[in-house]
Amino acid sequence: MKQPKPSRNSFSKSTYNPDKNVRTLVTPEGIDLRLRIADGGARVGGFIIDLVIMIVTLIAINFFLSYATIGMKDTGKEIVVAVWLLFAFFLRNFYFMFFEMRPKAATPGKMLMKIRVANRRGGHLKANAIFARNAMRELEFFLPLVFLLSVMFGLNQGVNGWLTWIGLIWSFIFLLFPLFNKDRLRAGDLIAGTWVVKSPKPILSKDLAAAPKTKGRYIFSQQQVDAYGVKELHVLENVLRKRDPKTVEEVTARIMTKIEWPDTDKTDNSHAARCEFLNAYYAALRGKLETKLLFGVRRTDKFDKR
Amino acid sequence: MSEISLKSHKFRLDREESWKQLEQILKRLENRSIRSLTDEQMIALPALYRATLSSLNVARATSLDQDVIAYLESLSTRAYFAVYGNQKRMTARIKYFFQIGWPQAVQNMSRETIASALVLFLGALLAYVMVSNNMDWYFSFIPEGLMDSRSPASTTAELRETLYHDGDTNGLTEFASSLFSHTAQIAIFAFALGFAFAIPSVALILYNGCMLGAFVALFVDKGLGFEVGGWLIIHGATEIFAIILAGAAGMKIGWTVAFPGKISRMEALSKAGAEAASALGGVVIMLFLAGLIEGFGRQLITNDFIRYAFGFTSLGMWLAYFYLPRNNDEWDIEDHGASS
Repeated sequence: MKQPKPSRNSFSKSTYNPDKNVRTLVTPEGIDLRLRIADGGARVGGFIIDLVIMIVTLIAINFFLSYATIGMKDTGKEIVVAVWLLFAFFLRNFYFMFFEMRPKAATPGKMLMKIRVANRRGGHLKANAIFARNAMRELEFFLPLVFLLSVMFGLNQGVNGWLTWIGLIWSFIFLLFPLFNKDRLRAGDLIAGTWVVKSPKPILSKDLAAAPKTKGRYIFSQQQVDAYGVKELHVLENVLRKRDPKTVEEVTARIMTKIEWPDTDKTDNSHAARCEFLNAYYAALRGKLETKLLFGVRRTDKFDKR
Repeated sequence: MSEISLKSHKFRLDREESWKQLEQILKRLENRSIRSLTDEQMIALPALYRATLSSLNVARATSLDQDVIAYLESLSTRAYFAVYGNQKRMTARIKYFFQIGWPQAVQNMSRETIASALVLFLGALLAYVMVSNNMDWYFSFIPEGLMDSRSPASTTAELRETLYHDGDTNGLTEFASSLFSHTAQIAIFAFALGFAFAIPSVALILYNGCMLGAFVALFVDKGLGFEVGGWLIIHGATEIFAIILAGAAGMKIGWTVAFPGKISRMEALSKAGAEAASALGGVVIMLFLAGLIEGFGRQLITNDFIRYAFGFTSLGMWLAYFYLPRNNDEWDIEDHGASS
């Protein structure tokens, strides 16, 4: 196990997990937790969902108000328009902030994409950080949008046209900023010291090594259990959890050949029987490997002769 | 052989209940708030969190069940966010913001504030001199949308009229709210532009200064200098100050991007960003007040002297609020602070 760094709440980029989207967070208790950086697709998807929600809300309220104000006097209409203007302003600037300050630290779009905002250094996610990261959207989204619209609607004649094109390219640097760093940080994340990570959603499945019904039916010799290492065990675990008939069949055949399972005929060829066999082998293998682990030997794979 | 019970399976069976208990508490906390927890749950949370972390540690060392490790990992992470996440009460946070966070953020960017103010007044002076010499420049500085009846072609009487009647009193609420959302959007934009090495922020502030200068020059030209001063200062003391602060927040970020100092660029940026954001949050509040003053106060108060008095008083109050030294000992800065 990796030694935790002495500093409190620090993220270290090095990790024994080869997955390049994983960052390590060392808790004050000295345990390293792994966070997964949200991928670009989820970020964009979340933002589009939020944008649609905002636009739909505005349109709905617009319709509602235009019906509601039909019979009103001028003063009433004024107040309604004033409130509408304020509401639009707050929606544009504080929609993200409002949701990201809640315990889930995610807007509805982010929640649907199962991602959340987190402080890059661990610890508190502060209101001003959330405000900063969302105020930056003006630069990252609305500015390129304005340039794009002015290019599309033909305001690009003569010198102004060239300036608009240059502006468009310039503003796209900010829009595409997350593509140029490995943590997928927006300019806003950079300013606020935040990042967006996959929100952990734990589901604890059944333990595959829980006493199988087929007690004593499959007995493996030492040699047979010694055929594989941890890597293969984990592959087997995934196969057993997915229970895809074709894969199960292939894997069963391969394991039986490998361990020279004597009575292939005794196991009938149904899917359930194969799963039973694999499950029993999984339990035996895991028991063996875990015993070794207790003695300090982690047999990484089948080539590891320990 | 070993199908009866693996050690890791037994380990899981022994602890599963406390994991589920933590999961329940977290679910409640995430869906509602920390205050929805009962006292027992509140006391249990940190203990369960540590127990789960310890389970994770043991599981990593002894168990080869990927599923359990992944589950514990994500449960611990959720619990970590809950335990070390933000649980300050909203009222405490708001109180902190007004007492410490905002004035301190403004104080910490005094240098940028002075620079931003200089840029604004330089722009104003420049435009004033140019427009005074040649009225044609007025059209280059002021966008048509803002001009309506205020152009060099207008008569003195017409101009005087605009200073005291912006429209009939019926439209005031709408006017105030559109003024606010327009200026506040500009302020947020000035902040965001700071990221591009502050140059666009400076340009935006300079341009706003130019508009101001050109505007004043027009009225001075018609002999309405004193009157336009009152018209501007009543809300300008708040609004222009706010715009200057927004520009300063942008400059602070731009400066940090370019010259992060001794700490790493990323760290310096997130520090500067958090502080500038506090200031910007305050700017939005100032602009809201300015919108109210401009929308209502200016239309209802038409006496020049009262306008001046109001403007200078509010300016004095802002300066005192931001820059008067005070005792911050009662707050644990590390715990709440924007700078931590």
